[in-house]
Amino acid sequence: MDRFRMIFQYFQSNSESVMNGICGLLALASVKMYTSFDFSCPCLPQYNMAYGLGIMFVPPVIFFLCGLILNRQSLVMLEEWRRPQGRRKKDPAVIRYMCSSIMQRAMVAPVVWIIVTLLDGKCLICAFSGSMDPEKFVGFANVSTVQVQQLLAKVPCKDDELMRNNTSRKAVSRYLRCWSQALGWSILLILIVAAFLARWLRPCFNQATLLQARHWSNYIDIEQKIFEETCCEHSRLFAHKCILHFFESMRQEIKLHSFSLPREGEGAEGEEDFLWGITDQDQVNKLLKTWYYEKPPMDVSQVHQR
Amino acid sequence: MDKFRMIFQFFQTNQESFMNGICGIMALASTQMYSAFDFNCPCLPHYNLAYGLGILLVPPFILFLLGFVLNNNISMLAEEWRRPQGQRGKDPTVLRYMFCSMAQRAMIAPVVWVSVTLLDGKCITCAFCTSVPVETLGNASHPHLSQGEIQRVLARIPCKEIYNGQQLIANEVAIRYLRCISQALGWCFVLLMTTLAFLVRSLRPCFSQAAFLKSRYWSHYIDIERKLFDETCAEHAKSFAKVCIQQFFEGMSTDLVAARCHLPRKAPADAGEAAEKLLGITDQGTMNMVLKSWHRCKPPLHLHPPALPTGNGWAGEGQPPTHLSAPRRERAAYYSWV
Repeated sequence: MDRFRMIFQYFQSNSESVMNGICGLLALASVKMYTSFDFSCPCLPQYNMAYGLGIMFVPPVIFFLCGLILNRQSLVMLEEWRRPQGRRKKDPAVIRYMCSSIMQRAMVAPVVWIIVTLLDGKCLICAFSGSMDPEKFVGFANVSTVQVQQLLAKVPCKDDELMRNNTSRKAVSRYLRCWSQALGWSILLILIVAAFLARWLRPCFNQATLLQARHWSNYIDIEQKIFEETCCEHSRLFAHKCILHFFESMRQEIKLHSFSLPREGEGAEGEEDFLWGITDQDQVNKLLKTWYYEKPPMDVSQVHQR
Repeated sequence: MDKFRMIFQFFQTNQESFMNGICGIMALASTQMYSAFDFNCPCLPHYNLAYGLGILLVPPFILFLLGFVLNNNISMLAEEWRRPQGQRGKDPTVLRYMFCSMAQRAMIAPVVWVSVTLLDGKCITCAFCTSVPVETLGNASHPHLSQGEIQRVLARIPCKEIYNGQQLIANEVAIRYLRCISQALGWCFVLLMTTLAFLVRSLRPCFSQAAFLKSRYWSHYIDIERKLFDETCAEHAKSFAKVCIQQFFEGMSTDLVAARCHLPRKAPADAGEAAEKLLGITDQGTMNMVLKSWHRCKPPLHLHPPALPTGNGWAGEGQPPTHLSAPRRERAAYYSWV
C-alpha cells in the first residue's frame, strides 16, 4: 500500500502540472503549425475573404476542441455532471469550477494562434485587400470598378506579374499590416490585463467557496484514479485465482483418470509446487487444449469456500 | 509473485500510455514519410487524377492496417472472438469495446497523412488541374484549341517547366486557386475529425457509462488473464525442464554405474555439495557420453515419481513411446512468448 500512496501523491500534486504541460505543448504546436503552414492567398475577388478569415478562425476551433479532448479532467467533469444522484449529492459549484478551469486551459492555444496570425498580418491582408477604398491609393484611383476589384484582390500576391513592381500594392499591404499588428497587440494587452485582474481580484470574492470547490474537484479526480487502480488490482487477483483454480482442477482430473498411486514422501517440494501434478507431455497438451476450448467460468467463489 | 505483480501493475497503468506513444510515433512517421516522399505529378490528362488520388488515399489505408498490426491486442481480440464458448459466456460488448479502442488508435496516422496532404496541396493540384474553371480564371475564348488540346495543356499546370498555356490561363493563378481549395478542404477535414473525436469522447459519459466501465474492466481482465496464464505456463515449463534434466542425469549416472559393475560410490561424508552435484559423473569420457546421449536420445517428456532408485537404466524405459521430434516443435508453439 505504501507504493500506492506514493504513486497517488505524485498524481495529486502533478495533475495540475500535467494539464498545464499539455496546455503549453498545444500552444507551441499552434505556433509551429502556423510557421510550417504554407499560406497562399488565392488572390481572387470572391475567395480572398473566405480564405483569409477561414485561416484565422478555423484552426482556433480545432485547437480548442483538441484542448478539451486531451484534458483528462473534462471527462471527469462530464461524468460528475451526468451521474445519477444516488446517495451522493451533486455540487454545482464544483462542476462550474472544473468547467471554468478546463475552458481557460483550452483557450490558450486558440488565442495564441489568433495573435500570431494578426501579428504576422498575412491573413488580414488577404481577407481585406479587396475591401480597401481605391481612392486612397494613387495606383488604383483611376481604374474602372471591375478592374480595381481584380487588382486589389491581387495585392497579397507579390509575385503576380501585374503586381510585381506596383508601389500602390506595397502601400495597401503596409496599411493593412499596420492595422493587423495593432489589432494583435491590442488583443494581447487586453487579455493579459484581464488575466491579471482576474487573478489579483479573485481572493476578494468568495475565497472560501473557491477553496472548497477546488478541494472537491481534486478529490473527484483522485477518487476516479484510485478506482481505476483498484479495479486493475482486483482484476489481476481475480485472474490469478481463476488460473490457480484451473490448474488445481486439472490436477484433480488427471489424478482421477490416471489411477496413479498417490506419491508418498513429496521429496522435491520446491519444484513440485509449480508442477501441479502435471508431469507428462500429454497432460500438458490436455491442459492447454482445455484452456482454449473450455475456459473456466469467471467464478472464484469455490476457491474461497474450500 | 510480487515481482509479477509489480510488472503487471506497470503494464496496466502504462498500457494505455504505451499504446498512445505508438500512436504518436506513427503520426510523426506519417508526416516524415510525406515530406520524404518525392511527389512527381505525371502531367498527363488521365494519369493525373489516378496519381493524385492514389497518393491521397492508398498510404492512409496502409497506415491503418499497420496500426492494427503493430497493436499487441489484436491477437487478444481475435482469440477472444474465436474461442469456443465452453463454460464461460462471451460478451459482445467487450469485443466491440476492444475493437473500437484499437480502431480509434489506428485511425490517427491515416488522418494525419490525409490532412498533411490536403494542407500541402500538391495532390489536389495534380489531380484536379484539368478541372480548373478556365472561363472565370483565364481566357476561354481561345479559338484554335480543341477540347482535348485544352485538357492536355491544363494537365501540365503542376509542371511549371513544361507549361505552355500562359495565354489560356496563368500558371500561378491556377496553382493558387487549386491550392486554396485544397487547403480549405484540409482544414475542413481536420475540423470534422476533431469534432467527431470530441463528440465521441464527450457523449459517452452521457449515455452508457455503466456499460463502458464493465466493458473496460473485462477487457483488461482478459488481457491480464492471458499474461498470467503465460507466466504460469512458463513457470511450469521451467520446473518441468529442471526435473526432467535432473532425472536424465540421475538415470545416466545409474546407467553408468550398472554398466561398469562398480559399486555405487558413496561420496565421502565431508565432500560437501559440489560432489553431490556431480551426480557420479567425474571424468571426461563419462561426461562426453552424457552429452552425446543428450543430443542423440533426449529423454521423453514424462517425469516419473522421484521415490525409488530403479537402477535399471533409462528414465524412458517402460514408458509409452513418445515422438521425439514432434514435441520440440509443439513445445515451441505452446510455450514460446514470441
